[in-house]
This record gives sequence, structure tokens and C-alpha cells, in this order.
Amino acid sequence: MISQSYRILSRISRNNELKKTFLTNLNCKSSSPSIIRSFCKKQNLDENFEYTNKLEVQELKHYIPCYTIMDQEGVVSKPDQDPNFSKEEVIKMYTTMLTLNVMDSILYDVQRQGRISFYMTSFGEEAIHIGSAAALEMSDTIFAQYRETGVFMWRGFTINDIINQCCTNEHDLGKGRQMPMHFGSRKINLQTISSPLTTQLPQAVGSSYAQKLAGEKNCTIVYFGEGAASEGDFHAAMNFAAALSTPTIFFCRNNKWAISTPSKEQYKGDGIAGRGPNGYGMKTIRVDGNDIWAVYNVTKLARKIAVEEQVPVLIEAMTYRVGHHSTSDDSSRYRTVEEINAWKEGKNPISRLRNYMNHKGWWSDAQEKETIANARTTVRESLVNAEKQYKPSINEIFTDVYDKPTPNLIEQQKELIEHLKLYPDEYPLNQFADSKLILKD
Amino acid sequence: MLRGNNIKKVNSLLVRSFHSTVGNRSGGPSTPINYPSLEIENAGEKQKMNLFQAINNGMDIAMQKDSKAVVFGEDVGFGGVFRCTVGLRDKYGASRVFNTPLCEQGIAGFAIGLAAQGATPIAEIQFADYIFPAFDQIVNEAAKYRYRSGGQFDCGSLTIRSPYGAVGHGGHYHSQSPESYFGHTPGLKVVIPSTPIEAKGLLLASIREKDPVIFFEPKLMYRSAVEEVPIGDYEIPLGKARIVKEGKDITIIGWGAQMRVLLQAVNMAEEKLGISCELIDLRTIQPWDVETVVESVKKTGRVVISHEAPKTGGWAAEISATIQERCFLHLEAPIQRVCGYDTPFPLIFEKFYVPDHLKNFESIKKTMVY
Ligand SMILES: Cc1ncc(C[n+]2csc(CCOP(=O)(O)OP(=O)(O)O)c2C)c(N)n1
Ligand SMILES: [Mg+2]
Repeated sequence: MISQSYRILSRISRNNELKKTFLTNLNCKSSSPSIIRSFCKKQNLDENFEYTNKLEVQELKHYIPCYTIMDQEGVVSKPDQDPNFSKEEVIKMYTTMLTLNVMDSILYDVQRQGRISFYMTSFGEEAIHIGSAAALEMSDTIFAQYRETGVFMWRGFTINDIINQCCTNEHDLGKGRQMPMHFGSRKINLQTISSPLTTQLPQAVGSSYAQKLAGEKNCTIVYFGEGAASEGDFHAAMNFAAALSTPTIFFCRNNKWAISTPSKEQYKGDGIAGRGPNGYGMKTIRVDGNDIWAVYNVTKLARKIAVEEQVPVLIEAMTYRVGHHSTSDDSSRYRTVEEINAWKEGKNPISRLRNYMNHKGWWSDAQEKETIANARTTVRESLVNAEKQYKPSINEIFTDVYDKPTPNLIEQQKELIEHLKLYPDEYPLNQFADSKLILKD
Repeated sequence: MLRGNNIKKVNSLLVRSFHSTVGNRSGGPSTPINYPSLEIENAGEKQKMNLFQAINNGMDIAMQKDSKAVVFGEDVGFGGVFRCTVGLRDKYGASRVFNTPLCEQGIAGFAIGLAAQGATPIAEIQFADYIFPAFDQIVNEAAKYRYRSGGQFDCGSLTIRSPYGAVGHGGHYHSQSPESYFGHTPGLKVVIPSTPIEAKGLLLASIREKDPVIFFEPKLMYRSAVEEVPIGDYEIPLGKARIVKEGKDITIIGWGAQMRVLLQAVNMAEEKLGISCELIDLRTIQPWDVETVVESVKKTGRVVISHEAPKTGGWAAEISATIQERCFLHLEAPIQRVCGYDTPFPLIFEKFYVPDHLKNFESIKKTMVY
């Protein structure tokens, strides 16, 4: 009898002290695992570690492996791991990646010309965007950082939506109040992006807790960089999610740089993934972020775990920020062209998928050319059109601060309008919607 | 002499800086206004420097003279996103000039510990908008470190530098002016320079000050403000305002980047209305120079105070209340505040949002005819 209990106990805990206490304290007639467990809880002895008389300093020994299934030549090493999307689906994924890439090139240059005020490219991270987005449901909520444009495109945020926001015209859903790249859209279930880093992580945990409370079969995914993972909010979020058991997917894009700070100066240890299992007791997967199928499989599995088991999952996607941090940055000051090219050429996520398509005979040079040409035309036309639009109405300065404007805001709005009536030519009123109307009455 | 050659190197590195398209704000003078340079006594040799170079030069001197001085923050190693720390790592080594992990609460707490242990931390928070994760460390820890220990311990050698204010395209999170949050906290000193010469002198004084100092730098002016800056060591005392221009009809008070806007409004008022304005740069927000302000108001009887931060609860309210307490019988008109509106800083509406020279001019006019 005792030995049977002991065996069960051994399975539950490797704690020798606990076993001793158990054997001396309990008359071991009843040996069902649940009784043993509740005994352990009562004694506050549910420690999972072993007591040892060996004095040993623990160091990092085992690094979490990085899951990858498709090599740069587009060959899937284990055919049963190929998600086997149809030709049409793969082409849609590929063209979205390519379109994002083309749009990034154009908008980067357009910013340099001063036509938009700011831009951030996603060069090198396209597979992360499309691979992860394809594994989610539209009813899943997204919290993002800023370098996830492809995720939004996949969910139906259009080039016009993007460019209107970047041009801060009256069609920008954010009413021209935030810098470019700060998208947000109810339609695609994307909570509006905020510049202060990592604030979205604990928020995503709250969001997923609400989903859990409502009994939804959904999760919240939150994207962030490896740099952002140094903020205190990262710890708060991970610990909350684990302790409160929420259906959250933490998706870290580890692109090796946070502006000029390389990841080796950002943290020690086994990256971001290393913090998951031991640090927070969180299920964790590290994945090759430049392999779209690996990213897809991992996100799909994470979603299944989050939704079915109602627990959080951490994903660390290993990749590289091929572009400058933003249009305000010049990365040649802190990294070499060789380093960039090793990734840009050697591990390019777009050409990896193209190689896959080539093996299947699904893609030709002519299609490639046409797709690029179409993307260019769409982006350019969208831009020209967006630039022609009015900026939002100046009344929008004062709306949305509160549900309803407070007396001080109403007064300040009046002051502004009176002032503008005195100096109509000193302000670019003709660029802003409804200005004539506003100044009339 | 003191890093004469380095300055040239700094210039050639100046390819572009963070969100650096030239600020193009309403009220921005079409031709650069002639802002009067502060004379430093016995200044010795001078060199043309812009604001970030003057700050860089100040930190250089601080590090050279104080072997315990360390400079750190996000991306400071390669020179910082605004180039303020360019060249310092090469000169003083990576153990004294270094990148921290991306964590403002960490930067502030780490800095407090360095100071408490006798070092001289000069910490950078990349944007004033990102100082809030460090708010607890600054407000609850740095500010109360000496008081709570009965004077046994302090972190007075701590200086936190951070770029603040409108730039033309910063939106909510690259434009804010959070000075009054910190001014509201006993134990902290808050400094905002408005010219390269003053930035260097005030920074050196802040670094050597025996209290923790939050030093906000007007990022709009990092490159646009250029002066002949003395290359030697000098300090400008904290807590002392500068009368930029003397006048007799009205007192105009501001700080930081707003000073140029105010000078433009003042020039306009003098040219168009023949009003003689006294223009005061507060320079230190806390403890602010009540004496200079009160003296001026007793002379003029009229006041306009202007800052970019939202009007409600802004530092102008504090100044205004004090003036009212001390100068009630001297006042000829209600004190005016020309400030940002009580909204987040809205990107595309910046020209309408900021308290530009025209709004200030109108306010001066209104105060004069009251
Ligand atoms: C709280 C806060 N601190 C600093 C910044 C300035 N900043 C913007 S992006 C960035 C680097 C972020 O790097 P990472 O998280 O790795 O994302 P990546 O840009 O590589 O995609 C920094 C320091 C900020 N936006 N918010
Ligand atoms: Mg990164």
C-alpha cells in the first residue's frame, strides 16, 4: 500500500522531504493521486524541486531549440510538417509579403522626400507577419508594437488604410492624431498602436482574461520586439498571464536590434524564450522567423493551446531587422553591410517562399514582375490620392479626449476658432476639412 | 584646447537625427530671429556649437573632471538618437559610457543606486514622453531619498537628461512637456535650457548640484539653435531666471523652446503696438526664481506666461498663483496663460495646438488694453 502511494507521490513530486512527510503523517490507506495532492497542498509542501546535499551553482545549460522546417531553398525537411496550403492560398501569402515589401520601399523613399512625416519598414520580417496572421482567427484580438504591418494587411487592412494613416488625412481612422505606423482598426480587431513600448503586453493579458470570462473561444495575440521585452511591463504581463491563466499568445519578434542596441547588450541568457518555461512556467516555442511554414505551425499550435487549455504561450521568432530602425535612423552607424547582407541574401524569407513555390511550379518570373508592378501601381496611386485628401477637421483636436468634451475643452475650442478668424492666412486652413464652415459661424 | 578637434568630427557625423525633418511650426519665424546670447564672464575661447554639441561638450567636461561620472541610457553608446553623447564612449571607455537594456524604470533606479554609492550618474531617457515608466523611481525614490533617511543618504549627484517638446511631427509621444509633473514633487530640481550656451552651463551645474535634477532639453533646437559657446568649464546657477530683454509695460515668462516664440511675439508687440515687454526665461522650473518674476511684475503690472504643456495644471498655473499672492495690488490686468490645449498632443494639428507667437501676441494685446 505504502509503496503504491509512494510511487504515485513520486510521479507528482520529486521532493524527497515531501515524500518523507507523507509517509510519516498519513496513514496511507487511501492513495489516490487527488488525495495525495490535496495532502501536499495542505502541508504547503507542493514544491517541485528536489532537496539536495550537493552544493552546486546552476548555470544555463540547455538552450531552447529553434523550430524550422523549410530551408532557404524552399525544401520542407519533414513533409508531414508542411501545412499544405493550396496553390491559391500560397500565392495570396506570397503576394502579400511581396506587396508589403514593395510598399515599404516606396513609402521609405516617400518619407525621405518629405511627403510623409515618418515610416518604419518590415524588411526581413515578412514571414513572421503572414505566417502568424494566417494561423489566427479574425475574432482573435491583436495588440501590436509597430513593425507588424503585414499582419494587418493579411487581416484586410488595405494599402489605402495604411497610406491614409501615414498621410494623416481625414480618412485616417485615428483622425490624424498619431504618427505614421500607429494603426488601429475595429474592422480587423486591432487595438490602436501606442508608441510607449511594451504597454500593450499587460493590456493584452487583460483583454484575453475578458475573453476567458466571456467564455469566448478566442485568444489575444500580442506582438513585441526583443528590446521591448526588457521593460518592466514584460514581466508584469508574463507573470499575470501565467498566474491568472489567460489565453494570450506572446509573440516576440527577435530581430537582433533595438535601434542601435544589439540583442547581446539587451539581455543575457537564452533569449526571450528562455524566460518562459522556468521563469514563468509558461509554454514556450522558439521558431525560425524567416520560415513562414514554421511560423504558421507554431502560431497555430499556440492558438490551439491558448484557446483549448486557456493558458498563455510564449513564441520567440528569430529574425533580423534588415532595414533601418525607422526613417529617423541610419543603421550604418552601428552595424555592417556584411551583417545585413548575410540575412538579406542568405535568409531572405520572401525568396525562401518563392523557392518553395518554384518547386511546385506555382510561380514564374513573369508573375513576379507583374505582382511587383501591380503593387507599385497600387501604392503610388493610393499615395497620390491620399495626398489630395483633406486633413481631418480641426474640431477633432478637441473630440475624444473624453466621451463628451468638458467645459474647458469647449472654451478652448472657441478660443482657437476666434483666433483663426483673426489670422486665417497664417494657418494652413485650406488643407483641413470643413475649415470654411467652422470659421463661418 | 578642450576637444577642439572633436567638434568637427561631430559635425561630419551629423547625417540625420531622430525625427529630424526641420520643425515647421506655425509661428516659426520665416527668418531666424536673433536671440540674444548670454554673456559668460571670463569665458575664454569660444566655438560655434548647436544645442546638442553644447550638451555633448558639457558632459565631456563633466566626465573629464569627475572620474566617477558615468553616462548611460538607451542607445547612448553610439552617440544617442539625438547625437548628444557622440564620441564619449571612444573617449572615456565603454564602462563609463554605455547602452542600458530598454527599460526606463531600470535606468532611473540604477542611476539612483549609483548616486547613493558615490558615483555621478548622467542618465538619458530617450524622450521625455518615455520617462513615465521611471516615474515611480524618480518621484518616490530619488525625490525622497535624503528626506526619508534623515539626511543620512542621498542621490543628489543624479542627473536625468531627456529631450522634450514639440518638433513639428512628433504626435502624442514625441512632443510632450512633462515638467510640471516633476515640478510638483518636493526633492527634485527641474531645469530647462533654451540656448546652447545656457544648456552647457546649466547642465554642468545640474551634474554638480547636490540634489537630483531632471534636465529637459528642447529637442526642436538640438540643431537649429547655434551659438558661440565657451569651450571651457563654466556653470550657470540653478534657480535663477534670466531677463532676456528688459521692458516696462508687461512681463512675459517662458522657458525652453518657447523662448524663441515669445521673443517673436515680443518683437511683434513692440513693432506693431509700441509695447515694451520684459521677457523672462525661467530656466529652472523648480525651484523657480520668484524674486526676479515678482520684481518684474511689480514694475510692469501685467503678465503673460506661456508653455507648450496643457494649460490645466501646467507650471504657468503655479507661477500665476504666486504672482497673485505677491503682487495683487500691482496687477493692472488678469494674468494670462498661453499654453497647449487640454488634449493629448495631436500630430497633424500641431500648428493649431501650440501656443505660437500669434496667440501670444494677441494675449499681450489683450492684457495691455484690459
Ligand atoms: C517606453 C519607450 N522607451 C523608448 C522608446 C523609443 N524606442 C522606440 S522603438 C525602440 C526600440 C525597440 O526595439 P525592439 O523592441 O527590439 O523592436 P524593433 O524595433 O526591433 O522591431 C525604442 C528604444 C519607446 N518607444 N518607448
Ligand atoms: Mg528588435
